[in-house]
Amino acid sequence: MSYVEVAPLVTPRARRRRLLLRRFVRRPFAVLGLVVALAFVVSAILAPVVAPANPDATDFNALLAHPSSEHLLGTDELGRDILSRIIWGARASIQAGVLATLLAMVIAVPIGLVAGYYRGWLDPVISRFTDVLLAFPFLIVAVGLAAILGPSLLNATIALGVGAAPGLIRIARGEALALREEDYVRAAVANGAGGPTILARHILPNMMNTLIVQATVTIPAAIIGEATLSFLGLGVQPPTPSWGVMLSAAQPYISDAPRLALYPGLAVVCCTLSFNLLGDGLRDVLDPRTQR
Amino acid sequence: MGGFLLRKIGAALVVLFLASVLVFAGARAIPGDIALALGGEERNPQVIEQIREKYGLNDPLPVQYVRWVGLALTGDLGRDSRELPVGHTIVTRLPLTLELAGLSLLIAALIGLPAGVIAAVRRGKPSDYTATTIALVGLSIPHFWLGLVLIIAFAVELHWLPAGGYVPLSEDPVENLRHMLMPAFVLGTGFSAVLMRQMRSAMLDSLASDYVRTARAKGLSEWAVVGVHAFRNSLITVVTVLGLQLGALISGAVITEQIFGIAGFGRLTVDAITQRDYSLLQGVVLVAAAGYVVASLAVDVVYSLLNPRIRVGGRPA
Repeated sequence: MSYVEVAPLVTPRARRRRLLLRRFVRRPFAVLGLVVALAFVVSAILAPVVAPANPDATDFNALLAHPSSEHLLGTDELGRDILSRIIWGARASIQAGVLATLLAMVIAVPIGLVAGYYRGWLDPVISRFTDVLLAFPFLIVAVGLAAILGPSLLNATIALGVGAAPGLIRIARGEALALREEDYVRAAVANGAGGPTILARHILPNMMNTLIVQATVTIPAAIIGEATLSFLGLGVQPPTPSWGVMLSAAQPYISDAPRLALYPGLAVVCCTLSFNLLGDGLRDVLDPRTQR
Repeated sequence: MGGFLLRKIGAALVVLFLASVLVFAGARAIPGDIALALGGEERNPQVIEQIREKYGLNDPLPVQYVRWVGLALTGDLGRDSRELPVGHTIVTRLPLTLELAGLSLLIAALIGLPAGVIAAVRRGKPSDYTATTIALVGLSIPHFWLGLVLIIAFAVELHWLPAGGYVPLSEDPVENLRHMLMPAFVLGTGFSAVLMRQMRSAMLDSLASDYVRTARAKGLSEWAVVGVHAFRNSLITVVTVLGLQLGALISGAVITEQIFGIAGFGRLTVDAITQRDYSLLQGVVLVAAAGYVVASLAVDVVYSLLNPRIRVGGRPA
């Protein structure tokens, strides 16, 4: 009887993926974070469908109205529905959080890879330059850039992305520095692979876990950053709804209608907390070093 | 040690030089004619030209840079748009922010360090989960919102604390503290969360190390093992992290001072940016960057004193 080689039904990669998934599902807080974060993203995308009212529609018969069946979270000083404004405000926050993080990654990862892998004269130059950028407090860089570029959501996003890049350069460089000493990289070098091939096929895929975890902690930082810049008047401009704009507008009514300041802030906290919980969970699952 | 120190000082000077170039270039990248901004309401071209002459704005940029740095090295940061000396303004505003920062760090240490130790010692138990979750919530709360909530609760509703303002320590220490309590708490909570997480992971490392096993094998009490051996060694890591948080501390001070109406260094920075006061802006950001560089240098030195492997090993990871 001849022996027939049967391809394994489950590839090692799929098995590993299933193991990671099982580990992730066992963390209730991480799963909760994922669910809430997804809810924010979905409601931001579907804002026109989900929001109960037009966020800009004013109702002068219901100024600073208390929560009711008509306005679940009440209305603001112009009679606009607060819940609808919070749902539309999620657009600005999620957009700033995700795009700023992407921008930071696009800037930081190639620079960090080159510095960490090639070393030579480039590494100290890039590292010193990163040190210089890190010497400026993140918020001051973002505030300054927003002032230079002019206040708008796009410019605030650019400012936040550029501000977050130096920290990520350091992390990407450190990873590349460690990975270049790995045996499989040496093997690839011995096989005659060039720098770009090694970076793209061996180093980058192996630092993906770290980058994913960094992204999930950079997104909430950027969301808080957007709210802060908008609060200071350097981000989203009124009347466009944004959580920071709503909080800033709520200040004069703090003793008469404190809920104007409470609800948008709660939205910021829930949104950032969900991403932070997700990030912590992913770190535990993906980073074997924290598995003690 | 001498060589290590010289190398670190050299690197710090390079960083400081590049930072000053960046500050100078950044202040000029803000849109709007500097001379027009300095002139205020004045629109007469002749007067504007005089301002340009007076501030040397017609000179090439490198000349302007060298003149600015040369004066800055002697402690003269020039004059702002209201003709006030920038250096003097910074010196009068800085103590408020330093007091705020000091109190915040104290609050952060009092909350964060014990919480981190307990979480590490009771790892995987409910108290660990509670502490780590609270820390994560602390990291997710924007400073300015926590400030608003505290003002609503303790100033508007309960009337326990003033909603803002500042009373100098020398005038009335009790009032000073009453005014500083909420801002310091707002700024301190974020840091206590950072400290707690760092302390927890450093303690977990220490508790798994050989010297802790040796201490236990010697028959030392659990208190001595955790409190003396593990805690003191973990503190080294935490102090390092703390030094590098100075930038975040300044960022936090900017927003906290804005909320509570404290006319400190952070407030000055925002004012300088929004009012396009370029000489003030240059001075403020340069001082902030210099503070960060000096703090990092101090951390490096302290760390190398505490941990000889760093200066002997030479190349940092």
